[in-house]
Amino acid sequence: MSVLAPTPSGLALKSPGCRDAPVLKERGQREVFCGLTGIIWLHRKMPDAFFLVVGSRTCAHLLQSAAGVMIFAEPRFGTAILEEQDLAGLADAHDELDREVERLLSRRPDIRRLFLVGSCPSEVIKLDLTRAAERLTQRFAPRVAVQNYSGSGIETTFTQGEDACLASMVPDLPSTEAEQLLVVGALPDVVEDQLLGLLRDLGVPSVKVLPTRTADDELGIGPNTRFLLAQPFLGDTAAALSRRGARHIPAPFAFGEEGTTEWLRAAAIEFAVDAAVFERVTAAPRARARKAIAAAAETLCDKSIFFFPDSQLEIPLARFLARECGMRPIEVGAPFIHKGVVGSDLDLLPYGPTLSEGQDVDKQLDRCRAARPDLTVCGLGLANPLEAEGLATKWAIELVFTPVHGYEQAGDLAQLFARPLRRREALRL
Amino acid sequence: MKLTVWTYEGPPHVGAIRVATGMEGLHYVLHAPQGDTYADLLFTMIERRGQRPPVSYTTFQARDLGSDTAELFKIACRDAYQRFQPEAIIVGASCTAELIQDDPGGLAETMGLPIPVIPLELPSYQRKENFGCDETFLQIVRTLAVPCERTPEVSCNILGPTGLGFRHRDDVEELSRLLEELGVAVNVVAPMGSRPSDIARLGEAHFNVLLYPETAEGAARWLERRHGQPFTKTAPIGVGATRDFLAEVTELAGLASVSTDESRLRLPWWSSSVDSTYLTGKRVFIFGDATHAMAAARVARDEMGFEVVGLGCYNREFARPLRRLAEEYGVEALITDDYLEVEKTIEALAPEMILGTQMERHIGKRLGIPCAVISAPVHVQDFPARFSPQVGWEGANVLFDTWVHPLVMGLEEHLLHMFREDPEFHDAAGPSHHAGHGPVKLRLVGEDEPVAPTPVNDGAVVWLADAEKELRKVPFFVRGKARRNTEKFAAEQGLGEISVDTLYEAKAHYAR
Ligand code: SF4
Repeated sequence: MSVLAPTPSGLALKSPGCRDAPVLKERGQREVFCGLTGIIWLHRKMPDAFFLVVGSRTCAHLLQSAAGVMIFAEPRFGTAILEEQDLAGLADAHDELDREVERLLSRRPDIRRLFLVGSCPSEVIKLDLTRAAERLTQRFAPRVAVQNYSGSGIETTFTQGEDACLASMVPDLPSTEAEQLLVVGALPDVVEDQLLGLLRDLGVPSVKVLPTRTADDELGIGPNTRFLLAQPFLGDTAAALSRRGARHIPAPFAFGEEGTTEWLRAAAIEFAVDAAVFERVTAAPRARARKAIAAAAETLCDKSIFFFPDSQLEIPLARFLARECGMRPIEVGAPFIHKGVVGSDLDLLPYGPTLSEGQDVDKQLDRCRAARPDLTVCGLGLANPLEAEGLATKWAIELVFTPVHGYEQAGDLAQLFARPLRRREALRL
Repeated sequence: MKLTVWTYEGPPHVGAIRVATGMEGLHYVLHAPQGDTYADLLFTMIERRGQRPPVSYTTFQARDLGSDTAELFKIACRDAYQRFQPEAIIVGASCTAELIQDDPGGLAETMGLPIPVIPLELPSYQRKENFGCDETFLQIVRTLAVPCERTPEVSCNILGPTGLGFRHRDDVEELSRLLEELGVAVNVVAPMGSRPSDIARLGEAHFNVLLYPETAEGAARWLERRHGQPFTKTAPIGVGATRDFLAEVTELAGLASVSTDESRLRLPWWSSSVDSTYLTGKRVFIFGDATHAMAAARVARDEMGFEVVGLGCYNREFARPLRRLAEEYGVEALITDDYLEVEKTIEALAPEMILGTQMERHIGKRLGIPCAVISAPVHVQDFPARFSPQVGWEGANVLFDTWVHPLVMGLEEHLLHMFREDPEFHDAAGPSHHAGHGPVKLRLVGEDEPVAPTPVNDGAVVWLADAEKELRKVPFFVRGKARRNTEKFAAEQGLGEISVDTLYEAKAHYAR
């Protein structure tokens, strides 16, 4: 039996990484979604959950606009829109909320988990949704568990909504002494199944996932729980798990062949997986991933890239694109840089690009125009205006809505970036 | 508190953004948290605009509350003025900023900017998007329009078009052409297409054409009172309405008689020709903003030969005229902004066709009823590249085409439904003229195809259970391709069975 080495030789960097690189901190105007947006994918992941935003018409309109064409007959999310009289008296607002929840739950017997999601207006008027959730849980237990978190724009940026949602579930999870690996993050089913399959083949004893698909799936937390984050935006959830005694396994994120291998390797080392087993389980999918990436890398190699802050996926993605596709990051902007979470990716990201945290959108647009990158990763509000100025763009939101983690999606991930460039070459206009 | 699933209208500040985005040389400083910047994508993605809306959001955060949100607003105002050099600025609050009561108007006033600053009061917890358009435009007009001499030739303004408006771009073009044919000059089109300096000279026109009452009636009424400009009352959507509109304009312009060229108008013959017989008495349900819904009712009954079985609108402000019209048509008016209520009504009425908004399109999809879109809110496919107005002669032609189009599809779908149950088309029985070949199955678009595949080479390649399960996770619209590629790959590699690995080997092999 040979022990798995923590730092494989192939990972040695020619240049120093970015962990200690200076960060440009911006505090100006932002052009990002608020955390409510996470509901769009969270409600798909948890088919027995309903997300009830307590907010304004703006919140309802945001959800609808972000969901785009995904109009479902009766989706498992909605907005309890505050009206003038709710603002006048908080006691009445609580009564109104109870009434709406009761009506909703009687119409939807399939709902087992209800999330009350706070918004800017509910927070500004200090409508206490924690109290409401406790009260409603008592009323509807055991059929429905009511929880609450904030997806408000004054507290959360885009993917932080998922972080807040997952973190809100942690305190209520039962305790367990069992030794287990917890994978944290709402992944598309196909990705989740693949990654869990690999971990199982490696011989990792018990692998669980947060969030669980249904309320009945058992999940406990305790001192013998070790967890891997599947997404880089789950800092608060990681902290909540640590408070329950679970231990974080730092790792690069599973984007690309290298990222996936390192992510698995971090778990393999924790669970003392034999080096030969690791090699046997990962060799074939690694080779496939490399092959699939190579097709797109031809287009991407030596092209420069500029990231506007959006989902916090920016640093791991820049690492993947720089190391596996040969791209040259110019600026990597992220809404937050949480070194405890993306530290391993920063180590691997070759030194050079400007790292920026937060945003001052007009100034950042000036920097982007001056740099004229070959590809700009940005939100939907900026993409077409930049295209109209002659800059190729990739909408960042697609990176959160499509399966991009793991070996079998590595080629797809690279293609998401290659396609805008190939399209420009294809069009004769 | 009211539980809302989908909304027909956004909040009122989105209406203000629509006005600002339609105009040039105007900037909107909006006191709002970061998430409210989603509104930009309505314009850049749905309408495909190549510029960002002229909006600076202050994007205050929780940590700013209580201390310096007002300061943030002033900084945003100053930066916006310096960077964009607008001719005028509108300032206001979104729903959240309304609660923290920083008074953007008052703050902006103290800054001594050398341009007009127009404060907006848009009550977010009472009103909605159309009100926001109307009120914003009214305030801009009140502030900027000055008394002026009428133009020597007879002229009018066109009021109402905004950013993100349903066919506003094309309606303005068609309408301008009609007015030109009548010999009436267009002085200013606003808000869309105008600058603050154009608003100043609205008073030069002899009268106003109120194209969309939803977005500009307030301004039209104010101009009537203060500048003595009458305005038109007919929305020129459909043949009869366009004729009425032209008569109205002829009178307002003081012209001797209506002189217009109907040679471009094809709807009457298209509707009378025998091919259209099958349209007779089709039961339609109509829902949208009141102006478009009411106009559609007339076209549907009088110009297409449909039977109107339901009529409604989501904007309460126009409930009264819509109720009156519904009574005239002998149907019950449905005034609601509750999507579920609209769905329930449609389900109960079981019409053969829906004329509605993008919401009704989804209802139609679910209930299997064809739907044509006649009103906002609309989606990206309702901003076509081609010229496609709703008003005027060409508008009437467009209505005929767009309303008939889904019906043809509907007919085809009925056939498919019928044959699906037909024993002759049953899975196990091949069509008679293909005796000896494999089974053929008619399939509806979107319906899952059978997962257990027909092997390409007579069972030589076997799908293992896991691989088959994996294949099921591939979205239906690419599943067929994934299956074929994998089988081809397996055959080339001389493999007898397909495992999950084979599936992904093939995927990597064909990656590109
Ligand atoms: S930023 Fe606040 S008010 Fe705006 S949509 Fe998000 S939660 Fe609602």
